[in-house]
Amino acid sequence: MSVASQVTMQRAPARTVGDPRSLRRRGGWVERIIELAIRAVALLSIAAIMLILLFVGKEALPLLTSSDVHREVTFGSLFEPLRQSGESAYTWQPVSEVPKYNVIPLIVGSLKITLVSLAFAVPLSVAAAVYVSEYARPRVREIVKPAIELLAGVPSVVVGFFALVVLASWVQDTFGTEHRLNVLVAGIGLSFAICPIVFSVSEDALRAVPGSYREAAMAMGSTRAQTVLRVVLPAAGPGIAASFVLGFGRAIGETMIVVIASGNAALLDGSVGHSARTITATIAQELGEVVVRSAHYDVLFALGALLFIATFVVNFVGERIVHGMRRRLGTAS
Amino acid sequence: MRALIPWVLTALTLLGCTRTEGSAGGAGGSPGAEKTTLSLKGSDTMVILGQRWAETYMKTNPGVTIQVTGGGSGTGIAALINGTTDVCESSRPMKDKEKAEAQAKRGAPALETKVALDALAVYVNEKSALREISIPALHKIYVGETKNWKDVGGPDHAIVLYGRENNSGTYIYFKEHVLENKDFAASVQTLAGTSAVASAVKGDPYGIGYGGIAYLEGIRALDVKKDDASPAITPSLKTAQDGTYPIARFLYFYTSGEPTGLSKRFIDWVKSPDGQGVIEQVGYYPLPRG
Repeated sequence: MSVASQVTMQRAPARTVGDPRSLRRRGGWVERIIELAIRAVALLSIAAIMLILLFVGKEALPLLTSSDVHREVTFGSLFEPLRQSGESAYTWQPVSEVPKYNVIPLIVGSLKITLVSLAFAVPLSVAAAVYVSEYARPRVREIVKPAIELLAGVPSVVVGFFALVVLASWVQDTFGTEHRLNVLVAGIGLSFAICPIVFSVSEDALRAVPGSYREAAMAMGSTRAQTVLRVVLPAAGPGIAASFVLGFGRAIGETMIVVIASGNAALLDGSVGHSARTITATIAQELGEVVVRSAHYDVLFALGALLFIATFVVNFVGERIVHGMRRRLGTAS
Repeated sequence: MRALIPWVLTALTLLGCTRTEGSAGGAGGSPGAEKTTLSLKGSDTMVILGQRWAETYMKTNPGVTIQVTGGGSGTGIAALINGTTDVCESSRPMKDKEKAEAQAKRGAPALETKVALDALAVYVNEKSALREISIPALHKIYVGETKNWKDVGGPDHAIVLYGRENNSGTYIYFKEHVLENKDFAASVQTLAGTSAVASAVKGDPYGIGYGGIAYLEGIRALDVKKDDASPAITPSLKTAQDGTYPIARFLYFYTSGEPTGLSKRFIDWVKSPDGQGVIEQVGYYPLPRG
């Protein structure tokens, strides 16, 4: 989806900027072949995504259909609390004499870490976007914007390692958390990964607000702060909201940082000072040596499908919001 | 001319691929008079060890293929009984019932060969005042009954539990031998790899973890008592070999009847100084000599 839109965006300037006549003189077929090739690549990526979704769905399907699997777990029992006299009735213990597959702690763990990371990343990134778009001189902007976006290029395993070694000790000393590896550490680590995307989308949204809005506000006697707060930010609102959504989609699918920094204990509580286990970390840790076609295997693929659908929907919604806003402001590219 | 270079490189790469594929196919396709493949199946704890043995053996014996798969000691023993593996790797001795089944189904007794030793260390932070722990106390800590260090002679602070992810052989071993197959407490933080457990304990004065003895950088291994009345034993090559360290165990190969041909040559090699030398690279202990 996003790949396709990027391709079309790149193609559009090529047509207008380059001299069309020189291409035509060399023969229209050159252009046509290039166009076909680009289209094929775009379609291929969509097909790949569809095939992956099909594969994941196919592997998870026995959870709904197979009676062998149903002896151990059903789709409904993934969400139901276990009736036993223990204190934690929502239990994820897939390797046990009585395997217990309850995904609630995993879903809550994923959401907790994602929300913490958004709580750190969103204010910082939006403030940075406002600064870069509204206040920074062009020369400063040319340095700051790529620098923030470069953060996205830091491998997540490096961020995870930093969180494990440096951040975890700092968080424990500062907040006195019970577990050294916890939701807070993983969330802060994760916020490094989503800052660039929230910043980038917010900044684009702010810049998409036409200059005439600012000029009109200034002409009415607004100060710069009033212009930003009362005119530019509301106009860019949907785009900034989309940046949260896209950041959420990125955060909930991130694996490496949370595997390393969250401690991966499948606890179900509201504390950010405790360890938590995410869906992604569970798949990463357990899929490696699970017996193929076992109930455990199917459950892991079902978790994968759940994650896939969630990020797909979230990203789709995010993209739609951005498009809608651009069209409304008349700055659609 | 320059535009040709990538194409030439691609072509060469493709050529390289077909060449290797061809030779591999040749080796597999020529059936020798004697059996040249051997299958090892069983204990997850021993998969890495078995694979390292197989790799090393295949390097010096070209033409031999050794397949190593896990699934658990129980799976391996079932495969041996059903005749679907040549050698069963097991981290526990076979039960009498299983031996009787093997005798009945295969018409030959299941023969045991001890191939290596495994000792599990209990890690604590270097700052911890604790020096020793008993197996029953460890059991209570890891199932979540004991939650505070003061109950086992430490400071008044919550115990932070670290362990391995549930596909790990060490996880299973600990679960079987210390927890008596009870479930781990939900609060156990599961980390990928023994080194991650070790580094977590290193950074956590109130942490406890378990894993191989080879990872004691910056952390301490507790002395372990079999029960509260027993003496505390320091894990080492010596205490593992003489059997006094309570969470040390033998790792076994089982074959149906006397091993013959390739099975025999491989097992003999595993027990030779060359084969035993591989063990410590993986993190387990070689068998006591003599």
